[in-house]
Amino acid sequence: MPRTIHLTLDINGKAHPLDVEPRVTLLDALREHLDLTGTKKGCDQGQCGACTCHVDGERVLSCLTLAAQVEGRQVTTIEGIAGDDGTLHAVQKAFLEHDAFQCGYCTPGQIMSAVACIREGHAGSDAEIREYMSGNLCRCGAYNSIVAAVRDAATTIAAGQKAEAA
Amino acid sequence: MRDFSYTRATTIEDARQAALQAGSAILAGGTTLLDLAKCGVNEPDELIDISHIRGLDGISVGESEASIGALAKMSAVADHPLILKVYPAVAQSLSLAASQQLRNMATIGGNLLQRTRCPYFRDPATFSACNKREPGSGCSALGGVTRNHAVLGTSESCIATYPGDLAVALVAFDAVVDLGSRSVPVEEFFLEPGDRPERETVIAPGEVIIGISIPASAAARNSTYLKVRDRQSYEFAAASVAVGLELEADGRIVKDVRIALGGVATKPWRARAVEQALVGKALTEEVILSAARLSMEGAVAHGGNHYKIELAPRVVARALRTLGGLA
Ligand SMILES: Cc1cc2nc3c(=O)[nH]c(=O)nc-3n(C[C@H](O)[C@H](O)[C@H](O)COP(=O)(O)OP(=O)(O)OC[C@H]3O[C@@H](n4cnc5c(N)ncnc54)[C@H](O)[C@@H]3O)c2cc1C
Ligand code: SF4
Ligand code: FES
Ligand code: FES
Repeated sequence: MPRTIHLTLDINGKAHPLDVEPRVTLLDALREHLDLTGTKKGCDQGQCGACTCHVDGERVLSCLTLAAQVEGRQVTTIEGIAGDDGTLHAVQKAFLEHDAFQCGYCTPGQIMSAVACIREGHAGSDAEIREYMSGNLCRCGAYNSIVAAVRDAATTIAAGQKAEAA
Repeated sequence: MRDFSYTRATTIEDARQAALQAGSAILAGGTTLLDLAKCGVNEPDELIDISHIRGLDGISVGESEASIGALAKMSAVADHPLILKVYPAVAQSLSLAASQQLRNMATIGGNLLQRTRCPYFRDPATFSACNKREPGSGCSALGGVTRNHAVLGTSESCIATYPGDLAVALVAFDAVVDLGSRSVPVEEFFLEPGDRPERETVIAPGEVIIGISIPASAAARNSTYLKVRDRQSYEFAAASVAVGLELEADGRIVKDVRIALGGVATKPWRARAVEQALVGKALTEEVILSAARLSMEGAVAHGGNHYKIELAPRVVARALRTLGGLA
């Protein structure tokens, strides 16, 4: 008999009740149990970054995180970063503008990683972006456009913050 | 991944008690444990999640030493302004490891206890022989693909490389692991495989890492971590070195130097012979090259990893040139 545990996960600001086996990862909970399939499964072993989500605002790999570990923490997925009215996040816009994908499979993970990378202050130069985005692989090799999109979004976000402060 | 039960520990004492049970395992960031559970290398019955215990993630840098709690995240230590200033090699060993996502998850305690990346060890479904996994079963790496296996500290039973970066920097600067009831120098914490490769550290069942401390030194302050690998980022070391250097007041003669190697040995490897060959000498290209060669004293290659015997001394020499202002 599989043992299930009852969890309530805070995902994109909403409480999601869930009955799962303790071994279920956050990635599988999102995709298989909560119908949040924006987060992708690539390697399922921590090696590709496709499953990147935010936990308490920090980027992590949902394939190496148990759903049970994040009860009581705030989870954000790709479905939760656009505005309530559907306005795209600056990073999403930049990925569209720069055509920063081909097949798109790595893209949700790239975008979640980039949003955090900019927030951390690790998007200061192309070299820094390459280093701090290295946990997100792209089999289509869209790297140059991804770097350009992150650089552009970082500039847009910094300008927005400046305008707000003024 | 086989199913297990999941419990959250609220105190260290809880964790110790629970960890005494056969079949139980401590879960911190989970980046080693869950990965190996998926590979079928670990099959725990019960996970004890210590990541919600409060007060174990502190980072403090004082006059005489730095203390880092076992639950401090790799990313927090890598970006800590005082660690960057007083122990640059330690900060770099972390920021050059894994990816930012993994560094946000992984803890300092778990980092020390990460397991080898030996592909035979990680694949029990295909390779039944692995002395580290199954004592006495043999070693599938011998005669196999050994590009990333160790050349130092190996035995007939096991040639697996210790893959971590942080522990290399810690060994160079005489850091100590705090296990609560006892403290052990990081260098003695790790064991060579000998004929018992399943035993990697001195940690006993029920023991929990509380934190680490690193003594302050002029060498630690003037230090660097150089990591050479098959791709530029997000990769384990082919060869790496933590070097710390203190010169005499004349700015020429070596007063104190610390050198430890990663990616080439079965445990984080302090290169004392190199240190001894440098102390009291002025750093010239000749002195550096002949000392760096000593880092491979006793090295044994197994096929595909022969290049490490050439590579490691060059990595040592390059780091010494950088720190000594010769680069
Ligand atoms: C794709 C990938 C790339 C990587 N690249 C690098 C790299 O380049 N360099 C590098 O150094 N590392 C690298 N790592 C390894 C990574 O740094 C480790 O997995 C991580 O540091 C482990 O920490 P954790 O908190 O996640 O440990 P966990 O997985 O939670 O635990 C690891 C082990 O330690 C035990 N444990 C944890 N905490 C304690 C404690 N306080 N007391 C006693 N026992 C404890 C657990 O029971 C388990 O056996 C990589 C990992 C992955 C997946
Ligand atoms: S080198 Fe060690 S870990 Fe790898 S297969 Fe041989 S015994 Fe196992
Ligand atoms: S699916 Fe999580 S890192 Fe690849
Ligand atoms: S766009 Fe195809 S993997 Fe990145």
